[in-house]
Amino acid sequence: MSSLILDLLLVIALLWSALRSLMTQDLFQAVVLFIVFGLLMALVWARLHAPDIALAEAAIGAGLTGALLLDTVGYLRKKQQESFP
Amino acid sequence: MRSLLNVLVIVLSAALGLVLIGVILESPSPARVRLSEEVLMQIGASGVTHPVTAVLLNFRGYDTLLEVMVLLLALLGVLAQMGKQKRENPPAGFYLTEPRMQVLLWLARVLVPLMVLVAGYLLWAGGHQPGGAFQAGAVLAAAGVLLNLSGLLPSWMEPAWNLRAGLVSGLLVFLLIAAAVMMTASPGLLLQYPPASAGMLILLVETGLTLSLGLILAGLFLFLSGDAIDDEADK
Repeated sequence: MSSLILDLLLVIALLWSALRSLMTQDLFQAVVLFIVFGLLMALVWARLHAPDIALAEAAIGAGLTGALLLDTVGYLRKKQQESFP
Repeated sequence: MRSLLNVLVIVLSAALGLVLIGVILESPSPARVRLSEEVLMQIGASGVTHPVTAVLLNFRGYDTLLEVMVLLLALLGVLAQMGKQKRENPPAGFYLTEPRMQVLLWLARVLVPLMVLVAGYLLWAGGHQPGGAFQAGAVLAAAGVLLNLSGLLPSWMEPAWNLRAGLVSGLLVFLLIAAAVMMTASPGLLLQYPPASAGMLILLVETGLTLSLGLILAGLFLFLSGDAIDDEADK
């Protein structure tokens, strides 16, 4: 029973973070929500008995891609400040 | 001449695409193939006890070989995007003196050795439980990104020969072992390890891949982040 509740919560949180990440206007918020989505996805893979994919998702999907996207947001902000001081 | 070359490339690409579509249409329907049972039946001959590693590095080793090539190509794309201009590497630690950076610095100094340890563990664990070269490489890359963000490691500009060697070493080890196995143990078959030495060969390949994948994944960040940090140093 408790595992069913955990699964349901995970599914709701996953869908919510995916939707919010796509719908939000703020790029920084979208990236943070994308990282949250990746970490939740890793938990879902672990629940589905696929620990290998969970490890890869957490390390590459959430970690490295998140770092790259955050770097991009910082770069874009700097560009924006230079053109509209 | 150039348009002729373009036509040639288009024709070759179209031919490759048609061949791939033909291969997909030729392959048996997935319902009749029970892959997980096949893997568990053959796992004794693979040299490892974890089915995922057995598939990735033994039964479908060429998939992994191509995957590493794709990652290397992605990095080459990034390098091509950077252009040819040569810039001075920004000195490491140019904003380390600020008090607010001390927590980050301390954290990086404690975490990075642990991350290298975890990467080694994941590499070793790949033989019998979840883990392996890709995960270990990703942890190594994350350590590199952390060092870069805390200012302990400068962004990469023009890769020197030792970095280039590191980037391709995993692929080279993989190809050398593939060639050696094809020459000696099983002529004409790609990556058909002899069962007696398969475990050792897979560990060798994975060790090389861990180093290379760590550098490639870290490179995707460290080459691209160069501009932003460069701007900051100018101010």
